[in-house]
Amino acid sequence: MRILPCGGEALLVEVANLREVEELYGRLRRDTPPGVTDLVPAARTILVAFDPAATGPARLRALLQEATAGLDATADSDPTADPVITAAKVAPPTVIIPVRYDGPDLGDLARLTGLTPAQIIQRHLRGRHRVAFCGFAPGFAYISGLDPSLRVPRRDSPRTRVPAGAIAIADEFTGVYPRASPGGWHLIGRTDLTVFDLTRDPPALLMPGTAVRFIAADAAGAVPA
Amino acid sequence: MTGPGGRSGEITIVAPGPFATVQDLGRPGLAHLGITRSGAVDRHSLRLANRLVGNLPGAAAIEVAYGGLIVRFGHPGMIAVTGAPCPLELAGHQIGMYAPVDVQAGTLLHVGVPAQGVRTYLGIRGGVDVPAVLGSRSRDTLAGIGPEPLVAGARLPLGREMSDPPTVDLAPQARYVDQPELRVLAGPRADWFGAAALADLCAKVYEVTTDSDRVGVRLRGPAIPRRITTELPSEAVVAGGIQIPPSGQPVIFLADHPVTGGYPVLGVVAAADLPLAAQCRPGQRLRFRPARGLVNSRPDD
Repeated sequence: MRILPCGGEALLVEVANLREVEELYGRLRRDTPPGVTDLVPAARTILVAFDPAATGPARLRALLQEATAGLDATADSDPTADPVITAAKVAPPTVIIPVRYDGPDLGDLARLTGLTPAQIIQRHLRGRHRVAFCGFAPGFAYISGLDPSLRVPRRDSPRTRVPAGAIAIADEFTGVYPRASPGGWHLIGRTDLTVFDLTRDPPALLMPGTAVRFIAADAAGAVPA
Repeated sequence: MTGPGGRSGEITIVAPGPFATVQDLGRPGLAHLGITRSGAVDRHSLRLANRLVGNLPGAAAIEVAYGGLIVRFGHPGMIAVTGAPCPLELAGHQIGMYAPVDVQAGTLLHVGVPAQGVRTYLGIRGGVDVPAVLGSRSRDTLAGIGPEPLVAGARLPLGREMSDPPTVDLAPQARYVDQPELRVLAGPRADWFGAAALADLCAKVYEVTTDSDRVGVRLRGPAIPRRITTELPSEAVVAGGIQIPPSGQPVIFLADHPVTGGYPVLGVVAAADLPLAAQCRPGQRLRFRPARGLVNSRPDD
C-alpha cells in the first residue's frame, strides 16, 4: 500500500489489486475521515479528495494508514472467490440485469476463448458480480467478478458507436453502456434496463459496491418465469 | 429586479459568439458515479461576478469564450462582467469590467473580443435560472450533461440566487501577464518519470495549443520522457492534474476533465493558479514553478 501525493487537495491510495480497492472503499465509506469530500475508486487506487480548510495531508495520511490495517490479510487474492462482504454493508440491494445474449462479438469471443457462445453466456450468467468503480462515461460501471476464462483484451479497433444498453466484456470486467457512445469492449448482449438517468437520484443504478446479477431474457426482453 | 407576475426577468441571447455556456460551481461529489465536477473553468472570475452583483456564490453565470456575445435584457437588472477583459457596450455606451452596472429593460449588451485571456463571465443579479441537472446548471462539455451551449434566440430566465444588494463598486483585477507561471505540486506518478522530471518541467517553456478546451490545456514543448513504460491501470484524476500521454506533451486538466485517466500524472497545478491556466490562449507560453515546500514530497510506503 502506498499513499501518493495528488496536489494540495487530494491523496491517492494505491493498493495491490481490485479486491483490496473494494475492501478499502467499503471501509472508507463506512468510516470516512473528517474533511474528506470525495472518494473515487478505480482499478488499483482510491482518490481521497479533501477540504484543505478542514484537514491536512499529514493527518489524513495517518488516518488512511489506520484504515488500511490488515488489508492484505482480509483481501482474498483469489479473483473467483466471493467478493468482500464489508462493501455490501453500505451498498444498495443487488441490481438484476435482464440480458438478451445476442451480441455481435460472441463469435469473436468464442475464437479468442476456445469456448462456445453458449458456454460464454453460461459463464457470464453465473458470475458473482459487483461494481468495482465507475469511469469512462457518466454511469459506466466497471463490474468485477468476471469468470477468468472470459478475460480478453479490448477490441483492436474500437467501435465508433455502441448502443445504449449493450452488455460488454474486456479485461477483468463486464459492463453496461449507459448510453450510445464509442466503445472498445466486446459486445455479448443488450438490456432494456436504464442504468443511468439524469432525472433519477442517484442517477446511476450501478454504484461502486453494488452487487449485480445478470439473468437471461428472451428476444422480447422478457425474463422466463 | 422583479418583473411582471413576480418573475425575476429574462434575457435573450442575440448572438452567442464562438462558444458560450451557462456555468456555476459545478456538481461536486459525483466522481464515483463517473460524473466530473465541471463548472466555471475560471472559478475565481465566476465568484467575483456573483459577488459584484450580490449573488450567492453558486449562482449560474454565462461563460463566454473569445467574446462575441450579444444579450438583450427583457427587464431592468444588474450585471457585472469579469474574467478575460473585453470591450463592453451597453445600450450603445461603453461600460467597464469588474464593476456592477444597472441595466434598463430592452437594452443590448455587446461583449467584444478579449485582447488577453479566453473566458469572460457575465454575472446577472439573481443568476441564470435554467433547470439544474444533478444539482448544477453547468454544461459539462465532455459528458454532455447540463444546459446546451447557448445559441442565438435562446431565452434564459433569471432566478433569485441573491443575497443583500451589492456593496462593492469595483473589484481590483490582476493583470493578465504574457507568460504566466503556474505553481505545481507533486502528482501521484512523479516516480514514473526520471528523478528530475518535475524540475525539467519547471525549467522549460511550454506553448498552449489550439486543441485546448474546457477539458484541458494541451501544451507543446520539450517532451517529458517516461521511466516506467508499462500500462497504468485507469485511476481518478483531479482538476489541475498534469497528465503526460505517450507523446510526452503535458495536458493540464480543467473543469470538464475525465473522471479517470490512463496516463501518469506528473504534477498538479495549485488550485489557486488554475484560473490562470484556464485563461491561457493558444500560442501563449507558460511556465511551471515548484510550489514552495511541496514539490519535494515523494510518494511514501
